[in-house]
Amino acid sequence: MIEITNLTKSYGKNKAVDDVTFTVEKGEILGFLGPNGAGKTTTMNILTGFISSSSGTVKIDGFDILEKPEEAKKRIGYLPEQPPLYMDMTVNEYLDFCADLKFVKKKDWKAQKVDIMELVKISHVSHRLVKNLSKGYKQRVGLAQALVGTPDVLVLDEPTVGLDPKQIIEIRKLIKALGKNHTIILSSHILPEVSAVCDRVVIINKGKIAAIDTPENLSKKLSDFSRFTITIAGPESRVRAALQEVYGIKYLETQSGSAKDEFSYIVEADKDLDVRKPIFNKLAEHGYPILELKSLSLSLEDIFLQLTTTETKED
Amino acid sequence: MLAIMKRDFRSYFNSPIAYVLIGLFIFIMSILFMGTIRNGTAEFSSGFATMNTLLLFILPILSMRAFTEDKKQGTEVLLLTSPNKLVSIVAGKFLAVYAVFLVMTAFTLVYPIILSIFGKPEGLLILSSYVGFIFYGAVAVALCVFASALTENQIVAAVIGFVSLFFLMVIDYLASLTGGFLGKVLTWLSLNQRYQDFSQGMFDLTSIIFMLSFVVAFGYFTVRVLERKRWSQG
Repeated sequence: MIEITNLTKSYGKNKAVDDVTFTVEKGEILGFLGPNGAGKTTTMNILTGFISSSSGTVKIDGFDILEKPEEAKKRIGYLPEQPPLYMDMTVNEYLDFCADLKFVKKKDWKAQKVDIMELVKISHVSHRLVKNLSKGYKQRVGLAQALVGTPDVLVLDEPTVGLDPKQIIEIRKLIKALGKNHTIILSSHILPEVSAVCDRVVIINKGKIAAIDTPENLSKKLSDFSRFTITIAGPESRVRAALQEVYGIKYLETQSGSAKDEFSYIVEADKDLDVRKPIFNKLAEHGYPILELKSLSLSLEDIFLQLTTTETKED
Repeated sequence: MLAIMKRDFRSYFNSPIAYVLIGLFIFIMSILFMGTIRNGTAEFSSGFATMNTLLLFILPILSMRAFTEDKKQGTEVLLLTSPNKLVSIVAGKFLAVYAVFLVMTAFTLVYPIILSIFGKPEGLLILSSYVGFIFYGAVAVALCVFASALTENQIVAAVIGFVSLFFLMVIDYLASLTGGFLGKVLTWLSLNQRYQDFSQGMFDLTSIIFMLSFVVAFGYFTVRVLERKRWSQG
């Protein structure tokens, strides 16, 4: 549905987006993750045709955004970070204007407007001026705007920024629901949000793609307990002996002794075996309490931070 | 195009700006018109000269919001990512301001009507003056809308518009100062000359085409400016 190939945007020497390539399949929700200033908004601005790329191509449903802009733009609904609202209009007037702007047929519009307003729950504020709405409602009106004309593709730039927790959950639910019949690209710098909503995640940093994977694959590393540290109270040699009896442990190393009779060990086990329970049972048998157990594999946050900090060191 | 024109036109009348400017225009015109009546003449050519001068102050303020407001509110994104051509966006913006200008001009029709009650003004002369004024207004609006596309600041847009209109006003004077080839070029560019032809009852088709091509040229410049911004903007 969306094909982005070798996309680059440079300002003088500075590259805001650097050789980005990825595709989004029909019906997929793709998360666009990165720290502030990573190039998320720039990429979204390019793929919606707001600004032009320096090189590379963007195709929406086969239509190039630069060569066939009208056709491509017809298929996109865009909610920028700051919702593009006219403060001096009522919600009704504003959505009518958007429908005119997007060439929605008059006869289809009436029913469509009702549906959209129901969906984002703004029917009861339809006669109020946009400028008098709260931030959460403004965001919803912005989202309604993106839905006008039933575009196949939705591009949402940080749709939950600045909302309160309840509103965030509502908007996320809404996005999930929309994902059933839309292709969605969603940007965020909040990890749990992306893993809660998206089918696939693109991690971008300094304009470059750092990783593309499903949130499951990324978080698998979270629950990977094949390598961990464990702190146990008990004399070192006896504890080691007990640990070595546990099936599946391949490697054992005493790391440090912080207090009297308290030692930390690094344990490595077979990848497919979860040895935490057997270890607990074995140590309980001998009466050596576990004080701490911590995975040494990277969390999603660690991956994210590592990807972004190594880049900094390269500079 | 029509959607943008309708929205902007309404927005001028939703805010005090259109009322204040039109009110000011009518107020000043009426004071001067009282003088005309006291003199007992049914001649309105001085009225047109005043109207022309007032445009110098009114149009830059009226048009300064055309593009700057969208940039400030972030609604520029909405327009530029909609399936509309840049040309029709610019045309919509232009037509909205121009429609306000026409409303303002329509109010001045009251003066010739009053004159025709008390005396015998020359109908054709007034008609051709209005034609000239309306086309001159189109050029001025196109120029000021172009100015608002150049910058993000409304005040700067208004100042650019004012200076450009002022330049157009004094172009004949500049031409007489420089003389020679440059003088000829400036005289050729002079809108005033053509406008004065109209106010003397000379209905000249080439002048109309000349003024329309000014409008098209500034429309084109506006499109180019917006296009160029897309390449440089973040």
